[in-house]
Amino acid sequence: MLQDLDAILLARIQFAFTVSFHFFFPAFSIGLASYLAVLEGLWLKTGEQRYHDLFKYWLKIFAVTFAMGVVSGIVLSYQFGTNWAVFSDRAGPVIGPLMAYEVLTAFFLEAGFLGVMLFGMEKVGRKLHFAATCMVALGTFVSAFWILSVNSWMQTPTGFVMGDNGQFLPGGSWWDIVFNPSFPYRLVHTVIAAYLTTAFAVGGVGAWHLLKDRTNPHARTMFSMAMWMAAIVAPIQILAGDLHGLNTLEHQPAKVMAMEGHFESHPDGAPLILFGIPDSEEETVHYAVEIPKASSLILKHDLNAPLAGLDTIPEENRPPVEVVFWSFRVMVGIGLAMLGLGLWSLLARARRKLYDWRWLHRAALVMGPSGFAAVLAGWITTEVGRQPWTIYGLLRTADSASPLAAPAVATSLVAFIVVYFAVFGAGTWYILRLMSKSPMPGERGVKHGEKGPIRTSGITPGPTQNPGRRETIPDGEDEA
Amino acid sequence: MIDLSLIWAFIIAFAVFAYVVMDGFDLGIGILFPGFTVGEERDSAMNSIAPVWDGNETWLVLGGGGLLAAFPLAYAIVLPATYPLIIAMLLGLVFRGVAFEFRWRDPGHRALWDLAFAVGSFVAALTQGMVLGALLQGIEVADRAYAGSWWDWLTPYTLLTGLGTVAGYALLGSTWLIWKLEGPAQDHARRMAFRAAIATLALLAAVSVYTVFLEAQYFDRWFSMPSVLFAANVPLLTAIIAFLLFRGLAKGWEAAPFWLSLALFFLGMAGLGVSMFPYIVPDQVTIWDAAAPESSQIFMLIGVGITMPLIIAYTGWAYWVFRGKVGHEGYH
Repeated sequence: MLQDLDAILLARIQFAFTVSFHFFFPAFSIGLASYLAVLEGLWLKTGEQRYHDLFKYWLKIFAVTFAMGVVSGIVLSYQFGTNWAVFSDRAGPVIGPLMAYEVLTAFFLEAGFLGVMLFGMEKVGRKLHFAATCMVALGTFVSAFWILSVNSWMQTPTGFVMGDNGQFLPGGSWWDIVFNPSFPYRLVHTVIAAYLTTAFAVGGVGAWHLLKDRTNPHARTMFSMAMWMAAIVAPIQILAGDLHGLNTLEHQPAKVMAMEGHFESHPDGAPLILFGIPDSEEETVHYAVEIPKASSLILKHDLNAPLAGLDTIPEENRPPVEVVFWSFRVMVGIGLAMLGLGLWSLLARARRKLYDWRWLHRAALVMGPSGFAAVLAGWITTEVGRQPWTIYGLLRTADSASPLAAPAVATSLVAFIVVYFAVFGAGTWYILRLMSKSPMPGERGVKHGEKGPIRTSGITPGPTQNPGRRETIPDGEDEA
Repeated sequence: MIDLSLIWAFIIAFAVFAYVVMDGFDLGIGILFPGFTVGEERDSAMNSIAPVWDGNETWLVLGGGGLLAAFPLAYAIVLPATYPLIIAMLLGLVFRGVAFEFRWRDPGHRALWDLAFAVGSFVAALTQGMVLGALLQGIEVADRAYAGSWWDWLTPYTLLTGLGTVAGYALLGSTWLIWKLEGPAQDHARRMAFRAAIATLALLAAVSVYTVFLEAQYFDRWFSMPSVLFAANVPLLTAIIAFLLFRGLAKGWEAAPFWLSLALFFLGMAGLGVSMFPYIVPDQVTIWDAAAPESSQIFMLIGVGITMPLIIAYTGWAYWVFRGKVGHEGYH
C-alpha cells in the first residue's frame, strides 16, 4: 500500500508521526517541572511532609518523561536534514541558530541542574536544591521559547532577506526573527497548554487514588491543586486561544477559514458552524449546525462584519479543510470540558464535597489524559492549517523535501512506527505503573538497595541509585 | 579579518571528536556486551558507563545542530545522501539508550534489553563509520542538493570504514574496562582488547591505503608539500603507539591502553582533516561554500562561547567524581 504514496506525502506522515510522539513528552515535562518547583517551594515554606512526598513521587515520573523527550528529540533534530533537505538549506541561516540555541539550552540545563535536582539534595542543601529545581523549570521554558520561535517564524516569517542562492538570510535584527508576529501568542497558548496538560494528568492520578481511598491525604492534595489549576487556568487558556485565533486571522486567514469550515465568503455576517461534515470536493459543509452571525461576532466582534471564505483563496493555496476543521473542534471541545470540570470542582469545593463526589473523581480520571489529546489536536490544527507551505506563503511543502526515493521513506516510516510503539510504549507503561501506586509518607526516589544503573545526570537520568556509593546519589536523605 | 567559517569548522570538528572519543568507548562496551558473562560481569560493564554515556551522546546533537546552523548546505546534502544510515543510527541509539534503564526495570526481559543494547550499539557504530566512508568516497551533488540514488553509500569501502569504526570502538570499550574493572573481569577485558587492537590496526591500515588511492585528490594532498611532512609521520606514530599498546596489554598496564587507543583515534581524525580540508563535502562543497551568513554564525557563536566552556567543565567534573574502579554494584 505504501508504494502507491509519493515520497513527499510519506515524508510528511513520518514527520507528523515523530513530532507528535515527541510533543507528548515536553508538553508533560514543561508543566511537571513547574509543578515540582511549586511542590518543593511549598515544602520549604510550610515544612509539611506531604509536599515533600509528592515532590519525590512526581520526580520519578519527571525523570522518565524527560528522558523520552530527549531521545525522541534527537531523532527530530536529524529529520530536518534527512527528509527536508531543501528546507534546511534554504531556511538554515535563519532557523539554524535558533535551533542551536534550543539544543544549547537543553544541554546546559542538563549539564548544570538536572543532576542536582534528581540526586543532589544531600550534596547542596535544600535552598540550592530548590534553586536547581527552579532552573530546570526555567530551562524547559527557555527550550520551548526557542523551538516555538522557529515554528512561529515558519508560520509568520519576518526579518529576513532573500539571498541570490535562494536562501532566507537574516535581515538585520535577530529581534525581528525571534519575535515574529505569531510567536508571543503561540508561546503563551502552548505553554499554558503544557500546564493544563500536567494539571489534568496530576488530577487524574489524584482522582484514581481518591476513588480507591477518599481519605488518602496525598491524593487529596494532588486533586485539590489540580482542580484549582483547572478552574483558574482553563478560562485563561480559552482567552489566550481566542487571541491566538485573531492573530491567525490577521496573518494566515486561510487557516481560520479551514478551522471555521467557511468555503464561501459571507459579506454580511458569517455563521459559526458548530458541527457538520466538510467536503472540499463540493466546497460545502454537509449537515451543518450553525449559529447565524456568531463567527463574525467572535472573529470581528461585530455581528454583521464581512468574512472572506476559501473561495477567495486559490485552490492550490488552501489547507486540507477536513483535518483542520475536526482537529480544531476536538481541541475546543476538550477545552470547554476542562472549563466544565473546573467549575464543577468549584461547586464541590463550595459545598465542602471536593473529596466526596465520586462522579467528580470519575470525570477527573477520564479527563486525566485529555490535555495530551488537546495539545495534539491543537498542534495538528496549526501545522496542517499552515499547508501547503513550510514557510508560509514563501516555500511550498512540495518544494521543501529531500530528493529521496519513496521506498526509502516508506521503509524508514515503518521502522519508526514499530520502534516508537515498542520503546515508548514500554516507557509509558512504566510511567503508568508509577502512577498506579499511591504516594507514601517518606516517599523516596527509589527504595534503598534496589539494583539499578548509577547516575549522575544527563539526558536520561533514571530514578535509580547506586547502592555502592551512596554519597554521590543521595536518594535516601529523608531516611537519614 | 577573522574567518568565522574556519572557527565553526573547528567547533564542529571538536564536537565530532568529543563525540567519537566519549561515546566511542561506551558504544564499544555495547558491541562487546554479548561476550560478557550474564550477571556480575555484564552489570559491572554497564555500570562503568551508566553515569556518563548520556552526556557523551549529547555531543552528537550539538554536532548535528551546529552543522545545520553554520553550514546548512552541507547538512542538506550529507543527510539525504546517507539517509538509510542516519535512520538506522538513530534507531540504534534509541534502543541502546532506553536499554540502560529498562534492563533494570524489567528483569523478566533483561536478556531482550541486553540484546537491544548490543545490537543498537553495533548498528550505531557501523553506520557512523559508513557515513564517514560515504563522505570520503564522494557524494554526487547537483544544484545545491544530493543527486545520487539511495544506495550509493553501500560500497566495499564504506563497509570497511564501518567495520573499522566498530573495531575501533570495541578497542576503546575494552581498554576502558581494563582501567575500570579488576580481577577476572579485567583479564577478560584485556583478552578482548588484544583482539580488538589487532582488528583495529588491520582495518585502519586497509582503510588508509584504500583512501589514498580512492581519489587522485587524496593522493595529491597526502604526497605534496607540506602535508607530506605530516603524512610521513603518521605511519611512524601509529607504529609507535601500536607497539606501546601491545606492550601495555602484555605488561598489565591499567590506564595507558585506553589513552593509547584514544591517541590512535586522534591520529585518525587528524589524518581525516588533512584529507578533507577545506572541503566539507569532499571535492564538491568547501566550508566557505556551505557557510551560513556571518550574522548567523556570530549570533550562534555567542551562545556556544558561553555554554561550551561550562559544558566541558561539568563533563570533566562528572568523570572526576566517577574515577576509580567500579564494582559489580557500582563505583567505589
